[in-house]
Amino acid sequence: MDGNNVTPLLLSAFTATTCLGTGLAALAAGLRAQHGGLQPCLFETVALPTWIGEVAGVDEQSLPAALQHYDCRNNRLALLALQADGFAEQVRAAVDRYGCERVGVFIGTSTAGILQTELAYRRRDPATGALPDDFDYRHTHNSFSPAEFVRDVFGLESITMAVSTACSSSAKVFAAAARQLALGTIDAAIVGGVDSLCLTTLYGFSSLQLTSTQPCRPFDGERDGISVGEGAAFALLERAVTPAAGAVLLRGFGESSDAYHMSSPHPEGLGAQLAMRAALARAGLQAADIDYINLHGTATPANDAAESKAVNALFPATTACSSTKGATGHTLGAAGAVEAVICALSLQQGWLPGSVGTVALDPALQLNYLTKPQTAAPRHVLSNSFGFGGSNCSLIFSRQS
Amino acid sequence: MNTSLSAAVPLQAWIDGIGFIAPGLPDWPQARAVLRGEQAWQPAPSILPAAQALPAAERRRASRVVKLALALGFEAAAQAQAQADVASLRTVFAASGADGHNCHALCEQLAGDDRLISPTRFHNSVHNAAAGYWGIASGSMQPCQVIAAYDASFGAGLIDALGQLAVDDEPVLLIAHDSEYPAPLHAKRPTPDCAGLALVLSPRPGPHSLAAITLSTTGAPALALADKGLEALRQAVPALRALPLLAALAQQQAGELVLDYLPPLQLQLVVRPVRPC
Repeated sequence: MDGNNVTPLLLSAFTATTCLGTGLAALAAGLRAQHGGLQPCLFETVALPTWIGEVAGVDEQSLPAALQHYDCRNNRLALLALQADGFAEQVRAAVDRYGCERVGVFIGTSTAGILQTELAYRRRDPATGALPDDFDYRHTHNSFSPAEFVRDVFGLESITMAVSTACSSSAKVFAAAARQLALGTIDAAIVGGVDSLCLTTLYGFSSLQLTSTQPCRPFDGERDGISVGEGAAFALLERAVTPAAGAVLLRGFGESSDAYHMSSPHPEGLGAQLAMRAALARAGLQAADIDYINLHGTATPANDAAESKAVNALFPATTACSSTKGATGHTLGAAGAVEAVICALSLQQGWLPGSVGTVALDPALQLNYLTKPQTAAPRHVLSNSFGFGGSNCSLIFSRQS
Repeated sequence: MNTSLSAAVPLQAWIDGIGFIAPGLPDWPQARAVLRGEQAWQPAPSILPAAQALPAAERRRASRVVKLALALGFEAAAQAQAQADVASLRTVFAASGADGHNCHALCEQLAGDDRLISPTRFHNSVHNAAAGYWGIASGSMQPCQVIAAYDASFGAGLIDALGQLAVDDEPVLLIAHDSEYPAPLHAKRPTPDCAGLALVLSPRPGPHSLAAITLSTTGAPALALADKGLEALRQAVPALRALPLLAALAQQQAGELVLDYLPPLQLQLVVRPVRPC
């Protein structure tokens, strides 16, 4: 098979839920108004001087009776997001079209429902140390939980997998789904990412001194860390036989590894460069064809510096870029899918996101970094997602002319 | 039900190398002897070699799951004579869970008053920690996929690995591995020990090819192993759902076999050995 025949694929439906609100309208409105969704951390019993991107309404979301065994914050967030923008209805229509054995599920997550285990550890039997009987490891904590949950929500019987490569997870699901669509093992794929607030990530990023005490400031000279967020985003991928004008297409994907360090990026962004090059090659595009880059842009000093060097090594100095994590927080394993949806909105609606929280750009970083939203007519946009363990993924989306 | 993987492009590969570790089966040659019936399986704790390829500091601190994954990958690469090219191999890791001991330690500490967890514990908590250390040990900057599908993890990993072979026409090192949780999580997920396998998969036959496999799906039940101890391992460790395939390879037995995947989908493999494994 010629690897260049794998794409394009049609994003026939998509949706995202973040701290900006439930669904696409809230996401677009927040980004276009540069209204961020970060707030001081009041999550659960967490006592840390940091800001977070918490999604409203997760606790109030209930699961159907038949799926109660999946009940946890992560799957409540997944269901809240699936129900927005008519996404679930469009999936059901696709299932009617293709059959439940021909629609695959590919979900990225870093921590799934680990919060459920963290809470269960407070309720251990004082005599035996046992976890409570009502704690369901498989359907909440295990990394497969959100993928299996989505499979069961729609009654699917096809290929299903979770991808868990930390903060690149839900970018890499687009690549995994594209491969199966190319092989013809499936006719449609639900791809997405779900990650929710938990103590492991909040205290973990704090232990690495990677959380900011303020709302994060991507690419700012004074940036000092991330704001942890939560989110869920999904897309329905199908083969693009005759895409309509204005349709959003997955045009390319590139994956690579840093082979450098568990929690620090390669300082020159070598792995990031490989991923972006591979995505361009698969898309059959030149760097100059890219109208906008949605940066990984976590707002840690090292990450933004390395990504900036990687972009400089490949792209013209004029290429517009920004990070949207100042608005949404870093949604970790959901970030790839959230930012893929932001790219889709940008292509569909004709605007480029401006950074939120960035006050004074770091003069050492030589990017055409957007601190204000722009009206534009982008044809091709690239999204970067990088994770612990040196996992890199770049996606390219295009608007059908 | 043979429809779901009725792919337009055949899902196939040549197996060029095998790595294996399980309780009582410390490497592929010893597992092969047991699977051929030349030796009886004797239960014993899994033996995890030191992660020699890691820098000294990381080697000393390498967890059980990291030792497992690295030993599996390097054994398979050595048999495929890909040792020199290990940095050029793309990888697919398939694991039901992350490092269970590390997870327990974090959850225990986060349930108490002193929540200032260790940064190393945190970065080792990610599902792709073993894959990250593989990158450092192998020097491979190639794509690295990390898949989880609970008990179906091996099947999901094989499906993506064969997808990569077909789409990108490059060899893939598939490393399927699982590890145990300590109490109290062990009661909820009773994986007995560290175990797994690695396969170097190539898109076309080469001088080191051992067998060809072709994948489709079925609704038929998986092939059980005759040995009760091995059958218990197959059912207890997600990665070892692949044991019927390894038995066919060890015995150089051509034909069809069924592996457990994700109900109602099962994997049907046509195995065609070409030389002794």
